Amino acid sequence: MDKKQITGSEALLRTLIAEGVDTIFGYPGGQVIPLYDCLYDYSDRLKHILVRHEQGATHAAQGYARVSGKTGVVLVTSGPGATNTITGIADAMMDSTPIVVISGQVPSPLLGSDAFQEIDVIGITQPITKWAYQIRKPEEIAWAVSRAFYIASTGRPGPVVIDFAKDAQTGHVDYVYEKISHIRSYQPIPETEEESIAAAASLINGAKKPFALVGQGVILSGAEKELLAFLEKADIPAASTVLGLSAMPSDYPLNKGMLGMHGNVGPNRKTNDCDVLIAIGMRFDDRVTGNLQAYARQAKIIHFDIDLSEIGKNVAVDIPVPGDARETLAAVTRLLKPASHTEWIHSFTADEQEEYEKVIAREIHPGGDRRLRMGEVVRKVSDAAGADAVLVTDVGQNQMMGVRYFRYSRTRSVVTSGGLGTMGFGLPAAIGAQEGAPDRTVCLFTGDGGLQMTLQELGTIMQEKLNVKIIVLNNHYLGMVRQWQELFFDKRYSATTMENPDFVAIARAYGIRSRLATTRGELDESIAEMFESDTAYMLVADVETQGMVYPMVPAGAAITHIILEREEVTRN
Amino acid sequence: MNTKQLYTVIIFSENTVGLLNQITIIFTRRQLNIETLSVSPSAIRGVHKFTITTFAEKDMMDKVVKQIDKRVDILKAYYNTDEDLVHQEIALYKVSTGLFMKMNGVEELIRKYNARILEINEDCLVLEKSGHYAETQALFEELSHSIGVLQFIRSGRIAITKSKVERLSDMLSAMERKINM
Ligand SMILES: Cc1ncc(C[n+]2csc(CCOP(=O)(O)OP(=O)(O)O)c2C)c(N)n1
Ligand SMILES: [Mg+2]
Repeated sequence: MDKKQITGSEALLRTLIAEGVDTIFGYPGGQVIPLYDCLYDYSDRLKHILVRHEQGATHAAQGYARVSGKTGVVLVTSGPGATNTITGIADAMMDSTPIVVISGQVPSPLLGSDAFQEIDVIGITQPITKWAYQIRKPEEIAWAVSRAFYIASTGRPGPVVIDFAKDAQTGHVDYVYEKISHIRSYQPIPETEEESIAAAASLINGAKKPFALVGQGVILSGAEKELLAFLEKADIPAASTVLGLSAMPSDYPLNKGMLGMHGNVGPNRKTNDCDVLIAIGMRFDDRVTGNLQAYARQAKIIHFDIDLSEIGKNVAVDIPVPGDARETLAAVTRLLKPASHTEWIHSFTADEQEEYEKVIAREIHPGGDRRLRMGEVVRKVSDAAGADAVLVTDVGQNQMMGVRYFRYSRTRSVVTSGGLGTMGFGLPAAIGAQEGAPDRTVCLFTGDGGLQMTLQELGTIMQEKLNVKIIVLNNHYLGMVRQWQELFFDKRYSATTMENPDFVAIARAYGIRSRLATTRGELDESIAEMFESDTAYMLVADVETQGMVYPMVPAGAAITHIILEREEVTRN
Repeated sequence: MNTKQLYTVIIFSENTVGLLNQITIIFTRRQLNIETLSVSPSAIRGVHKFTITTFAEKDMMDKVVKQIDKRVDILKAYYNTDEDLVHQEIALYKVSTGLFMKMNGVEELIRKYNARILEINEDCLVLEKSGHYAETQALFEELSHSIGVLQFIRSGRIAITKSKVERLSDMLSAMERKINM
């Protein structure tokens, strides 16, 4: 073992390298200058992406983590640098994304004295992290940093904050890397009892109308293959949550689409028709369940999850299957009898047809000289990008249209803010996704509103010469809020109209090729141009101003109460 | 059905900074009032024990305890009702020495409540009594009505489970076994 006196800063960077880190998203400042100075010497091993705002660093780290499966790393200064990361940390907590945020902190003798740019980072971040720790002495670095990566990436992943006092950066230490792979108070994977595996298998073996709900847990545990084997052996139709998308390919026969408020009709209706509901690595969010009193009351429920506190939290469960989905799915599959549920699976077709006629066809083939619709833009870009592409979205109508109409063939293809619904997530997350999957095409769909929340990250794209395809679905409205106002607030459009800048001119100011598409012809041309070369592009699609995302289960309604078209609102 | 009752949450944790904050956040988010709280080192070196009482529904208690147990530095969290526990609180009462001495039946009072005199000087006197809430409260009321109480303080509950299962030590030894395997 090499053991010699080095600075705390160097000890931190060496630990990052030992943990497999090669990319850092960050922004310097007074309390991390020593660390950045040391980074100068390590620039051949640690690539630093200079973002334009610390929130961008956190979302970029999330995008990076979501596509690569590795832990994203953020480095910021104390005070405002740290507080600017809060939204991204909270987002990563809600969406189980492994990131480690390292914030500089005032020298330890000044702690608690309201020193310049001192803020109680641990106090602020404790409720929104898996773990938050303040390093005050260089001796703690090896232990705390390795522990941070272990906690962030194992079990149900999540964000970890390391608050790094300046004197611990400059102090010297006899450094030896120590890998942490066990913490006695932390059990990342709960024990699975044989009985629960057997009980789950027997319930499924007896089911006439089984239905599986696929969450991000499947992707996080790398259980995609095990999932398909499970579904195929017992012939079980499945649908995914927004974050579970791409765990199954879009064209997989047993994949019946998406759950939830703007999900597909079949999966929502069938949740209240199946006899055995099998939830895998999902947490019964209210955007998925609607009114809990009217949710799957007829079904026996099996819940696979790695997080014991999720089991029984929102929905009472008949058979809990705690554990890592990859192992538990395989174990249950071994006990399954091959089955065929042709008629049950076929029963999804009527819903699919109804949705196709009333919603999908109108959205992706509006035709004529109508204005562009979001759905058609998404589908055209998806077709041109190829099956391997990564979808990144912002939040709002653009997000729902993105996840509904993009098509996936490969896992880890969707990066979107699910639990927190953070506008401004998209652009920086796309930067991180491109860094995390440099060989894949990254397509970002964003709204005119959300884009302007983190617009400055175009500078990062410019500086890093990143190949991000940005599609602005410009409806000149805070569309999703406007949709609620149209449906539930008598069309009183309070604070939802947007006077927008010339996005094309903005993109060009950053040296990013850009074009406005108002007609179908311009759309086709600009899509072709966008994919012609391996450089960033901003396609500004001028879409209909008052488009709607359907189907829609109104907040708090039963999931079978689905609005499919405008007129139905008053009827329902 | 779902009715609120008093639960005692017992938590064992590593002795790290900021743990109390992590625990109270979870109570706060669920809008549970902490009735009493007691924190001290446990019998196991380096392990801290929290005893918290709160009024809640059973279903809520299940969820809250799982969310506490999930925190990285928490070793074990569980909850009990009063039947499962031997529990005590300790109370101190400061009264005027003169008035106390003039009171009728001082000795019976002390015996009846199983109280002790901890400190006495010419001005004031400090009594101590441990017991259940109702018991320490009864002495407080009796003193208040007769001679008045200058200061009163009651500790949080401390509790020990009656059952044969020792959840923490069982868990720790199971863990040791796993590591040594
Ligand atoms: C940071 C943040 N602020 C506010 C909201 C509430 N919100 C959700 S969707 C939405 C409208 C988004 O408008 P835009 O970005 O133009 O997308 P569109 O819905 O029009 O596609 C708003 C304001 C949010 N999700 N996040
Ligand atoms: Mg908009």
